[in-house]
Amino acid sequence: MRYLCLLIGEPDMEDPVPGTPEFMQVLSGYESATRAMAADGVLVDSGPLQPPSAAATLRVRDGRPLVTDGPFAELKEQIGGYYVLDCADLDEALRRAATIPAARYGAIEVRPLMVMPDQA
Amino acid sequence: MTSQTEIVFRREWGRAVAVVTRLTGDLGLAEDAVQEAFAAAVGRWASGPLPSDPSGWLIAVARNHALDRLRREARRSGKEQAAMLLLSQHDPAPPPGRIADDQLRLIFACCHPALDPGTRVALTLRSLCGLTTAEIARSFLVSEATLAQRLVRAKRKIRAAGIPFRVPADDELPGRIGGVLRVVYLVFTEGHQASTGPRIVRGELCDEAIRLARLLARLCPDDAEVLGLLALLLLTDARRDARTSAGGRLVLLGEQDRGSWDRGKIDEGTRVLDRAIRLRRPGPYQLQAAIAACHAAAGEASATDWPGIAALYAALARYEPTPVVHANRAVAVSMAEGPAAGLAILDELREDGQGWRWHLLHACRADLLRRLGRTAEACDAYRTALALDPPPAEREFLTARLAEIDH
Repeated sequence: MRYLCLLIGEPDMEDPVPGTPEFMQVLSGYESATRAMAADGVLVDSGPLQPPSAAATLRVRDGRPLVTDGPFAELKEQIGGYYVLDCADLDEALRRAATIPAARYGAIEVRPLMVMPDQA
Repeated sequence: MTSQTEIVFRREWGRAVAVVTRLTGDLGLAEDAVQEAFAAAVGRWASGPLPSDPSGWLIAVARNHALDRLRREARRSGKEQAAMLLLSQHDPAPPPGRIADDQLRLIFACCHPALDPGTRVALTLRSLCGLTTAEIARSFLVSEATLAQRLVRAKRKIRAAGIPFRVPADDELPGRIGGVLRVVYLVFTEGHQASTGPRIVRGELCDEAIRLARLLARLCPDDAEVLGLLALLLLTDARRDARTSAGGRLVLLGEQDRGSWDRGKIDEGTRVLDRAIRLRRPGPYQLQAAIAACHAAAGEASATDWPGIAALYAALARYEPTPVVHANRAVAVSMAEGPAAGLAILDELREDGQGWRWHLLHACRADLLRRLGRTAEACDAYRTALALDPPPAEREFLTARLAEIDH
C-alpha cells in the first residue's frame, strides 16, 4: 500500500535555525532517513515544499479558471514537505515515518493513498 | 436459542472470527461469514446433538461462506485472490495455540492507536468477545444504529488504512501494549460493574477479559504491567460470586462472605503479582492488583490492612489522579484513621469540581457522614447520589441505606 506522509510544522515548536549545528544535524537526519527508505525500496517520492506564500489556489467555475494568491487555507500549521512510501501496512508506514526528523519537530500525517480497482 | 448453544456461540465467536480474519485479511468479511455459520448452526444444532467439535465445525462452515462471498464478487484485488487461495487450501481445524495467536493478531488490530479510543473497546467486545451490537450499544448508552455505524466505520478504516492483523515487532510492542491493556481492563470493568442491565456482574465479560489478559501475559512474560493487569483481574474476579446476594443485590466488600471467594483465582493472582513485582517496574495495574491482594489476604473484613491500602492508593493517585482513585483513597483513609480524615479528602475534591457529578462519590460521602452521626447531611448526600442516575442495583442499595437513617 502507498502512504502519503505530510510533514507538518507546529507553530509552538521552534525549527532549528539555519547555520547552527543543530540545523546541520536535522539536515543530515533527512538525508540518512531518505537514503535508508530508498535503499529498502520503500521510497516512491519525497521532497520539501516552498512556503505557503509561494502557493496559488485554482478553482474552475462555469468553465473558467479562478486563481487566487496564497494557500487554500491559512493554517497555523504549515505543510513543509512530503514523502510517498510503499509499505506492507500502516505499522510499517508509521515506523518509517518516525525516522523523518519532522516527526520530532512537528507532526506527520500518514494517509493511505486510495487504491483504484484496476491497480489492485 | 438454547442456553447450551448460546454458551458455545459466545465462546466460539471470537475464535472463529480470529481464524477467518487471518485467512482473509478482512475483519468485516470474517464477521459476516462467522455470522452465517452461526445462523446455519442454530437450525442444525436445535434439532440434533452438538457436533463433536463445534469449534472446528463453525470455522469450517465460516471458511466456506467467506470463500463463496469472494467467488461471487466479480472484481477481486490481488489480496482477495490470495485470500481465496488460503481459504480453499485443505487445512484441518487449527490447534488451540494457533487460534490463540490469531486472537492476539486480532486484538492488536482492534486496539490500534489509529482507531478512535472509544471504538477500540466496542470493536474488541464485538470481534473478540462476541457481544452483539445491541448489547454493546446498551453498555455505551448509545442507540444500536449509532454503534453499528461506528463499528462499520472502524472496520472500513482497518481496511483502508492498512492496519495490520499482526502482533507488533519486539521493538514496537512496548509502545503498543499499553493501549491494549487499557481495552482489556475496560472490558473487565464493564463485566464487573455492568453499567446497564439487571445484573450487577456480567461474568462472561470478566471471563473474556481474563482470557485476553492471559494471552497477553504469555506474549509478554517480562512486562510487569501486563502481569499486573492479569493479577488485578484474577484477584478482583475472585470476589465475583460474593458481590451479589441471592436476591441479586450488590454486597459491599466489608459484608461479603469471604468463604465464597475463589481461592484458586486468589492464589494464581497473588503468584502473578509476585512475579510482576520482582521485575521492579511499578505501574498502576500492579498497584491496583496489590490493593486487591491486601483485601484477599484478610480472612475477615476487620483484619484488612487499611493503612497499607491507603498508602497504595496514594501511590496510585500519582499515576492516575482521577476522582475514582481519590474517592477510594478517602475510603481507605477513613478506615485507617476514621471517617473525618476520609471526608476531608472528599471535600478537597469539591474544590476543583472534578467528579462532583459522579454518583459513587456522593454515595461514599453519605456513608462517611452517616458514620460521623451527621444524619441530615448524610441523607442529603444519599439523595444527591440517587439524583445522579446510578445503575439499578446501586440505586436499590442507596435507597435502602437512605431509608435506614431517614426518619
